[in-house]
Amino acid sequence: MPKLKSLEELQKLRQQLQKDIKARADTSTTITVGMGTCGIAAGAREVMHAILAELEARAIDAHVTTVGCIGMCSREPLVDIQQGDEPRVTYGDVTPEMVPRLIEEHLVEGNVVEEWVVGRMEA
Amino acid sequence: MAEQYRADVLVSCVHDRAPDFIPALEAEVKRRGLEGEVRVVEAGCRGFCSMGPVIMIEPDGIFYVGLKAADVPELVEETLVKGRVVERLTYKEPTTHACISYCRDIPFYNKQERIVLRHCGMIDPESIEEYIAIDGYQALSKVLMSMTPEEVIEELKKSGLRGRGGAGFSTGRKWESARGAEGEIKYVLANGDEGDPNCFMDRALMEADPYSILEGMTIGAYVMGAHHGFVYIPFEHTGSVRSMKNAIQQAQEYGLLGQDILGSGFDFDVELRLGAHSFVGGESTALMHAVEGKVSEPRPKHYHTTEKGVWDRPSCLNNVKTWNIVPAIINRGADWFASIGTETSKGTQVFSLAGKVNNVGLAEVPMGITVQELVFDVGGGVPEGREFKALQIGGPSGGFLPADLLDMPMDYETLAEAGSMMGTGGVVILDDRSCVVDTARYFLDFLRDESCGKCSSCREGIRRMLEILTRITEGEGELEDLDTLERLGRVVKAVSMCGLGKTAPNPVLSTLRYFRDEYVAHIVDHKCPAGVCKALIEYYIDEEKCTGCGLCLRKCPQEAISGEKKEPHVIDSELCIRCGVCFDVCRFDAVGVR
Repeated sequence: MPKLKSLEELQKLRQQLQKDIKARADTSTTITVGMGTCGIAAGAREVMHAILAELEARAIDAHVTTVGCIGMCSREPLVDIQQGDEPRVTYGDVTPEMVPRLIEEHLVEGNVVEEWVVGRMEA
Repeated sequence: MAEQYRADVLVSCVHDRAPDFIPALEAEVKRRGLEGEVRVVEAGCRGFCSMGPVIMIEPDGIFYVGLKAADVPELVEETLVKGRVVERLTYKEPTTHACISYCRDIPFYNKQERIVLRHCGMIDPESIEEYIAIDGYQALSKVLMSMTPEEVIEELKKSGLRGRGGAGFSTGRKWESARGAEGEIKYVLANGDEGDPNCFMDRALMEADPYSILEGMTIGAYVMGAHHGFVYIPFEHTGSVRSMKNAIQQAQEYGLLGQDILGSGFDFDVELRLGAHSFVGGESTALMHAVEGKVSEPRPKHYHTTEKGVWDRPSCLNNVKTWNIVPAIINRGADWFASIGTETSKGTQVFSLAGKVNNVGLAEVPMGITVQELVFDVGGGVPEGREFKALQIGGPSGGFLPADLLDMPMDYETLAEAGSMMGTGGVVILDDRSCVVDTARYFLDFLRDESCGKCSSCREGIRRMLEILTRITEGEGELEDLDTLERLGRVVKAVSMCGLGKTAPNPVLSTLRYFRDEYVAHIVDHKCPAGVCKALIEYYIDEEKCTGCGLCLRKCPQEAISGEKKEPHVIDSELCIRCGVCFDVCRFDAVGVR
């Protein structure tokens, strides 16, 4: 590995390395994918992979976690997005193709994609 | 380029209980196609040693304890794939038996304030990259970029940080005196000797977060104008040695040790020094002798080591925990640190909990926490519902605190007034079945072995005190022995040269102060109230409770037990050697001690 010759080089390296331990750092955004048997059968794993790839490509700070079945099996895959103290928004029937728009509009622009919303929970 | 993982599984405290756990977990993650998505990290000690192996799954904070390789398939399927908590693997609260799924909700953790242990269990201790990512070398950057050595010393003084090796001397003042000392060549030293038999915080720290110690030493060297540092570790502590060696090498490769660190023009390098483990080896002058390659014996302190230490050059020795706290203070500020703890003892203390306590392990709590909070909230209380009797604190030469001091806040001054000391924070909890006379004898026996023998007061004094104590535990003590013990103890304390001798009588003096009745019971009544001292007890079988199952009869090594099947058995006291096997094996609580 190259020797760090200045404080700037250390800070630059640190920024790169921080990505690696993102799961352990605090972020204000959590994306939760329903990963019960119903979710997996409906394609939740593919949706989750699409989310991870999109976050990586756009360098967005967010935790991606999985949960079991919430009971609304007919609308799986379900994806929840929660930012800070905002209500937790649940999207239904999510496909990998929907992921870029979801992240663009909800996370980047801050507009909930109302047409896909199936529910909200107060934070 | 680093990959983004959605979950990190941080595995800690595996020890040799489940050596196949990590390979099994890694294999299962791979088999389920979760590589690149979920990562397994071998992290350092999380302090919950009695529950190991434990895992923490981030970012959710799901916490599992007591794992085995056989638990892996279910854990991966349920939690890592489906996001469900497996209740059977969670921590059970010992009194209510409630399952607690998240680390932050476990009483052992949520009473803690982790400063020294801030990275322990959070990072891979073999990866300087993880240390840099989490907050490593930010403090050094700040010091090199924007602080003068005087400002660093001022910050440390303001924070109220006191050395964590035991004596509790102001770190800021020590650094100031080392900075002011005359001499071209100066040294900084990290004390990783940890000689107390029941302490394991320094070892855990070196194994879980070696980089913060090096960062602290680099800051110290910059402040004092030193260019060379030593980390002293007993060679038997193989884990610490491996971890520190790797950390030094990685820091050198990144140029964080060596010449012209981060382009600042400041040179500093660190060497490991290995010695043989001994209790007195952690004493500052003894340690410096060992670093020089001499026998590790203390010398009289006519002059301070900050003026004349290693090879008679100005040397600044701090405990590994003290070095580790420095970057935290630089990063978060003196005011933050000073806001934790009591008036005279700032910050936190790492206690190693051992003995009759549910949560055996390492806990870091604010200074001034009460005995009650430490034993019952953090420690989870005494096992099997037994009664709390005493707390022995400060390592083998610390003192005992009785149950009626439960509300006493623990800080340097209060403990000293109570006849004990903070020491390095080793805590042994005794229940009503532990004999304080026998425990004091045990510690004195240890200290007798460890005394270097230089001062006759310590060498002979401890030996004589031990003889008297042994006599008392054998039922041959006399009442005037107690006065002799007190007189001898005072002399050993007053006359010995180093910290070992000055504190060695503490276990005896503090038990005489708080548990004199128990000594008197041994001497006058020839009874050991706790039922420990073999010469003073007798095992018997309760006829009402004995079912005549014959288990004790078969286990007795002396064939001292007789009786017909399904009839009450009896113990022949003449033949009995008081080994206690019958007491331990009886399933009907029929064997008693009197």
